[in-house]
Amino acid sequence: MAARRVRSAPYLFIAPAVTAFTLLLAVPIGYALYLSLREMRITGLGLGPGARAERWAGLANYSAALRDHELLAGAGRVLVYGGLLVPVMLGLALVFGLLLDADRTRLRAFSRIAIFLPYAVPGVVATLLWGFLYLPTTSPGYYVLHQLGMSGPQLLQGNGMYVALANIAIWGGTGFNMIVIYTSLRSIPAELYEAARLDGASEFQIALRIKIPMVLPSLVLTFFFSLIATLQVFAEPMNLKPLTNGISSTWSPLMKVYRDAFTRGDIYSASATSVVIAFVTLAVSFGFLKLAGRRAYGEDNS
Amino acid sequence: MFSDAPRGLRLALGLTSAAVAAMLVAGCGSSGSASSAASSSGPVHLTYWAWAPGLDQVVSLWNKSHPNIQVTVEKQAQGDDLLTKVITASKAGSAPDLVQAEYQALPTLVSNNVLADISAQDGSAASTFASGIWKQVTLGTNAVYAIPQDSGPLMFYYRTDLFKKYGLTVPTTWDQFKADAEKLRAEDSSKYLTTFSANDAGLFAGLAQQAGAQWWTTSGSSWKVSLDDAATQKVASFWGGLVKEGAIDNQPMYTPAWSKALDDGTQIAWVSAVWAPGVLSSSAPSGKGKWAMAPLPQWTAGQNVTGSWGGSSTAVSADSKNKAAAAQFALWLNTDPQAVAALVKDSYVYPAATDAQTGGALATAPDYLSNQPDFYTQAAKIAATTAPAAWGPNVNTAYSAFKDAFGKAAQNRTDFLTALNTVQQTTLADMKTQGFTVSG
Repeated sequence: MAARRVRSAPYLFIAPAVTAFTLLLAVPIGYALYLSLREMRITGLGLGPGARAERWAGLANYSAALRDHELLAGAGRVLVYGGLLVPVMLGLALVFGLLLDADRTRLRAFSRIAIFLPYAVPGVVATLLWGFLYLPTTSPGYYVLHQLGMSGPQLLQGNGMYVALANIAIWGGTGFNMIVIYTSLRSIPAELYEAARLDGASEFQIALRIKIPMVLPSLVLTFFFSLIATLQVFAEPMNLKPLTNGISSTWSPLMKVYRDAFTRGDIYSASATSVVIAFVTLAVSFGFLKLAGRRAYGEDNS
Repeated sequence: MFSDAPRGLRLALGLTSAAVAAMLVAGCGSSGSASSAASSSGPVHLTYWAWAPGLDQVVSLWNKSHPNIQVTVEKQAQGDDLLTKVITASKAGSAPDLVQAEYQALPTLVSNNVLADISAQDGSAASTFASGIWKQVTLGTNAVYAIPQDSGPLMFYYRTDLFKKYGLTVPTTWDQFKADAEKLRAEDSSKYLTTFSANDAGLFAGLAQQAGAQWWTTSGSSWKVSLDDAATQKVASFWGGLVKEGAIDNQPMYTPAWSKALDDGTQIAWVSAVWAPGVLSSSAPSGKGKWAMAPLPQWTAGQNVTGSWGGSSTAVSADSKNKAAAAQFALWLNTDPQAVAALVKDSYVYPAATDAQTGGALATAPDYLSNQPDFYTQAAKIAATTAPAAWGPNVNTAYSAFKDAFGKAAQNRTDFLTALNTVQQTTLADMKTQGFTVSG
């Protein structure tokens, strides 16, 4: 009797997790994979019953997705956006983290909350607020510039768009990344600083030679999250789109998935594109982790 | 979509991004409620998916007078969201009995076999509506797929005080419209007559209809797609020319900047539909009593044609087990004088039924245009001149291609004909990919 209870207990404990994983993750992914291999075929006018039939498409949806210029162009746009966003956001987060960690900093708790607060604002709300500020005729900033006899940059067209979008993400994301880095800075033992000071190191040298190398794993982690977030950028361009002619419905790869599924009603090619995006995201993220893991954690991943 | 989630969740979300589309689509079907079978005793219950506000009040009138056919309204999101949801529910065999559908969505719904042909019950209603409107619910066939509910005939709205100030004449032709636009720029370079907005293809579709465009037509068992026909090209080059020379603005509508421009008189006219006073009163509150409506400018002096922007219908689903009862309700809702009066009053629609376009709640002009007491009498005259629209099974693809191509062309002030060609090619290619038989 006792032995039986021991044998069934582990299964009982993992049952909720396994059930949730199966229902919420494995089944939908499986269904998406299945859909990505199907297609809707219409005959004649397509009016009336029997005019459309679902059938196997093989890899046709995948080859169409990979040959799509818009998907490739969208990936290119996301690269430029990420190239602008990630270094600035993580750079700011590191600087803020180091400043907050410095002994002479006052109002530490207030500053930490103030920098973190934008992260608590939902992305949709943040985008609408920033959109308002980007429109020259409704923005207080442009009004002030105008009164000073200057004209502001056009942020909602051309290359200004990258700055406009990256700025929203920097504003929203810096606080979170700062908290991660700051937490890891606080866990560095104080003896290290004492030893450095006895050796005559300045605060700047301590930051450069001790703090930054010690928080490298946190930097790798925040870079990893930022990379994934960048590849999946959706809410910001989607919500900025109605305000401008400068964002197309396929601006980012996920926007193209959304358009295919919900505007064109083609869930089959949308599924195939999703699978491609998920695959690229996985490859890029784990490729990066493998690369960075050796340096940051001193691990041997061979 | 994911930006609200904690960053730590994103890895998990990354793994599921492949599944998102599937989950959303799968989730849509679950809330559909199948119509209950008619039992020999007891009343018939019908479900009705719609987005018009205040519809419950109108439906309660029906429920009181028809104890044997009880209708329940289930509130839905407008436009494309409902379209996707209905198609998905229909695939699962659980579509509602009745559904509110925009005119341009009807061929897509028919093509997905979502709608029932109700010509046997409601075919005689044709004479109640303008022929251009009725043609949209028959798709030019002998079938009837829906009953028209509201319509949006295009009109010209302008600021009377500013037109006077700058010595502009209310344009009766598009040539005059162009001359006004240029004259205004010469008088005051901070103002524009109006803007060309690429973020709503419905307006452009209406303008093309006015010029005589027939975007989707059928002959025999094949479609003909001609979004770049001569009429549409004429409209595209006209607006493209105005944008290129800077005679009108090129920024989209329905933005905070656009509302401000209408409110402070930076833009002094708007080509819009009969429902414009509602939009103006919220976007340009300080213009109350200063705006007026005139018929849409014409391509040839003396002509009298308009297009339409928006409007929807009530359709019966192929899944319904009580099609006759549902068809009876759809007809009552949109043609019975008491029902239509309630629709106008509670749901703020401009009725498609010709008789209902004057009198009743429409006897007095909208508050915003109280300076134009005969607003609805004029509107009814204009509505009668609505040119027929010709919709096809992939309007959404065409509309999204329009927004992308014309958005780019308007932004860079480049050739609109190139953009129009892109829209045509994208729409045509999409139809061919799906397997439709297409000629031309």
